[in-house]
Amino acid sequence: MLSLILIVLASIFFTGIIIRTKSIASGRKGPGILQPIKDVIRLFKKGAVYSNTTSFVFQIAPTIYFASVVMAMLMVPFGQSKGLISFNGDFIFFAYVLALGKFFSIIGAMDTGSSFEGMGASREALYSMFAEPAFFVLMGSFALLTGHTSFQEIFSTLHIGSYLSYALATLATFVLVMLAMIENSRMPIDDPKTHLELTMIHEVMILDNCGFDLGLILSAGYIKFAIYGALIINLFIGMVPYEYAIAAFFVIQILMAISIGLIESFIARFRMSHNTQFIFTLTSVSLLIFFGVLMILGKIV
Amino acid sequence: MNYISVLNNQTIPFSAIPEINYTLFLELNTGFVVNHSERHCVNYFGFPFGDKLKLICCIADDFSHEIFVSSSLVNPSDNLPSFTAINYCFEKFEREINENFGLNYLDHPWLKPVRYANNRFDKSKIIANYPFFSIESEELHEVAVGPIHAGIIEPGHFRFICNGEQILHLEIQLGYQHRGIETLFLEKKKLLERATIAENITGDTVVGHTTAFSHLYESLSGFEASRDIEYARTLALELERMAIHTGDLSAVCADVAYQLGNAVFGRLRTPIINFMQEWGGNRLSKGLIRPLRNQFPFTKALAVRLKEVLDAYEPDFTEMNTELFKLPSALSRFERTGIISYNDILSIGSVGMAARASGLNRDIRTSHPYSLYAEIKHEPIIKHHGDVYSRVQIRKEEVWQSIKYIRHLIENVPEYSPKETTLKTLQPDSFAISLVEGWRGEICHCAITDAKGELMLYKVKDPSFHNWLALALAVRNNEISDFPICNKSFNLSYTGHDL
Repeated sequence: MLSLILIVLASIFFTGIIIRTKSIASGRKGPGILQPIKDVIRLFKKGAVYSNTTSFVFQIAPTIYFASVVMAMLMVPFGQSKGLISFNGDFIFFAYVLALGKFFSIIGAMDTGSSFEGMGASREALYSMFAEPAFFVLMGSFALLTGHTSFQEIFSTLHIGSYLSYALATLATFVLVMLAMIENSRMPIDDPKTHLELTMIHEVMILDNCGFDLGLILSAGYIKFAIYGALIINLFIGMVPYEYAIAAFFVIQILMAISIGLIESFIARFRMSHNTQFIFTLTSVSLLIFFGVLMILGKIV
Repeated sequence: MNYISVLNNQTIPFSAIPEINYTLFLELNTGFVVNHSERHCVNYFGFPFGDKLKLICCIADDFSHEIFVSSSLVNPSDNLPSFTAINYCFEKFEREINENFGLNYLDHPWLKPVRYANNRFDKSKIIANYPFFSIESEELHEVAVGPIHAGIIEPGHFRFICNGEQILHLEIQLGYQHRGIETLFLEKKKLLERATIAENITGDTVVGHTTAFSHLYESLSGFEASRDIEYARTLALELERMAIHTGDLSAVCADVAYQLGNAVFGRLRTPIINFMQEWGGNRLSKGLIRPLRNQFPFTKALAVRLKEVLDAYEPDFTEMNTELFKLPSALSRFERTGIISYNDILSIGSVGMAARASGLNRDIRTSHPYSLYAEIKHEPIIKHHGDVYSRVQIRKEEVWQSIKYIRHLIENVPEYSPKETTLKTLQPDSFAISLVEGWRGEICHCAITDAKGELMLYKVKDPSFHNWLALALAVRNNEISDFPICNKSFNLSYTGHDL
């Protein structure tokens, strides 16, 4: 329950902080931190217009996407406090409920018959496919290390004691931050600000969505970011008392948003063909974690 | 002689252009350009002459500073061999002649409509029923972009044939911006109206096109422009080059999602165009250049202001470029993207900055000097790779070069010499040609007057006319997601092409 409240709170300001950081870094004043949420509220007040070429798939896709993200959010624990849903192997359910939402956003985009959206959908599907092993090798390694298979048990028994485990936590943070960037179509994989349909990935898939549906998609994106932030924090707070843990939660979320803003300000986006290569390196970083775990457990010397 | 040799901005009697039969005409003009990289076709057009069609071809020679003009009289219903079969640089000119007069070429590779001009020959051809080039295949897919685009760019249709993310072929169909500029020049009789039309040919090359128009008009009316008039034009041309190049650098950064470059170059463009406002009352230099007069004399006070602007601009511009050109993520987007080879550039007769980025030395400022360029002794900047990186570098270095020229020019501001500007009549039965190197490349204006000294024909050729094909060739085998950056690195004009 605690994690649910914290994630919702974080998702309200997270994207706003990224945008504000980028504005300040380029010498502009920029919109207020709550502007993305105000936009979503405005969109929720609107109806939606549907193209004649689309079928019911296009209409239900945003709702399923939003629902899948909310479902995933319910499973994230906070330290010792369980998520609303918690069972053995829930991290697999977590990954695939997100994948279900993505699947629907992909076929929703294909449903419009637009050549742009088909292109975006194929890119998104490819990148998700490459990102998946990284997540599972990472979580699998932690499951092996702790001997548990649910988020809450894994995180609460994950003790950071030895130097090796510090290294593992750092690598895991890197992998999770990068997965968050890929899943949320941020730089350096995708440029969320561009107006060029041909270079877009996620943005081009939602070109035909408007009004209420667009509001759902955008807010799901904000929540997703906060979910990944919460996962990262869980790596560190294990047994820490709640008052410190909650403070740490917000500090880390804000730091993550600021660093994403800075990354997006000072580098250019990757060439599309380099993206797959880049995403695949995350799997190899996850494999490093796996070997680290094997070393801790003494399975290899 | 089968041709007459003229200089830039020279007026000759129309009857002095030799008229030869078509076979000879074809051999002569293709002979000029084949194996001569220093020569290219600056304009080739037709117009009705009695019940026949008069073709006039102008070939510029960069070494001798001459332009070779020749003509031929043909029947519009004839089936003729094409120049294009011998050299591709005539490709678009012949398509235009075919579109406007129905002249049929036997061996032209692709008589694709150019711009669906309102006075075209076959009115049944419309953009809506144009059969796009397509390839039958299970694996390939087509992506149609435009004519309505996201963002604030002009309309044009791009049809990509892709294999996955890779572009196999790009077909560009323009004509959505056709306004009948060339006809308007004949219909509007007042000088002010014509000058206003000239500055609206393309909104980003206002100074370039008004200068070409002014030179042409002054040449036809026998007016000798004083030094201060030409001084203002030279200065305005270089300032326009600086402003647009800086804006393009900003846009290129935006296309690779490099926010810092986008913001800084965008900011740097502003003081330059604001200075144009201070000087001529318009940020896009509209109304600044006019034939026969120095509309807004460049004063010593303005020179002091301009020096301040440049002093503030230059260090920031240099610093931002240093940052940009050492940023690995940006370089990996620029390098080896959108390559067009020297041979391709040469064979399609590309001009201006795009040609120079592929190693072809083609710059009207040195080859056919006008205004004060003869005394500036301009040295063109040449790059050799023909990729986005080269085109970005050309912009950077041309801005530095323009700053150098401007700094030199403002040391000696000529006295304003108000002249009696009585409207002059144009010389009757004459032909004149004017070439100007705008920031994008060579601009060519041609005019022919009738027996009463009225304009009988006005032809405009923007550099985009040649260079759109260069873009289509450059993006082949590139990723489709790199198309925007390739497109921006050329930054071609839709209105300049569609007229």
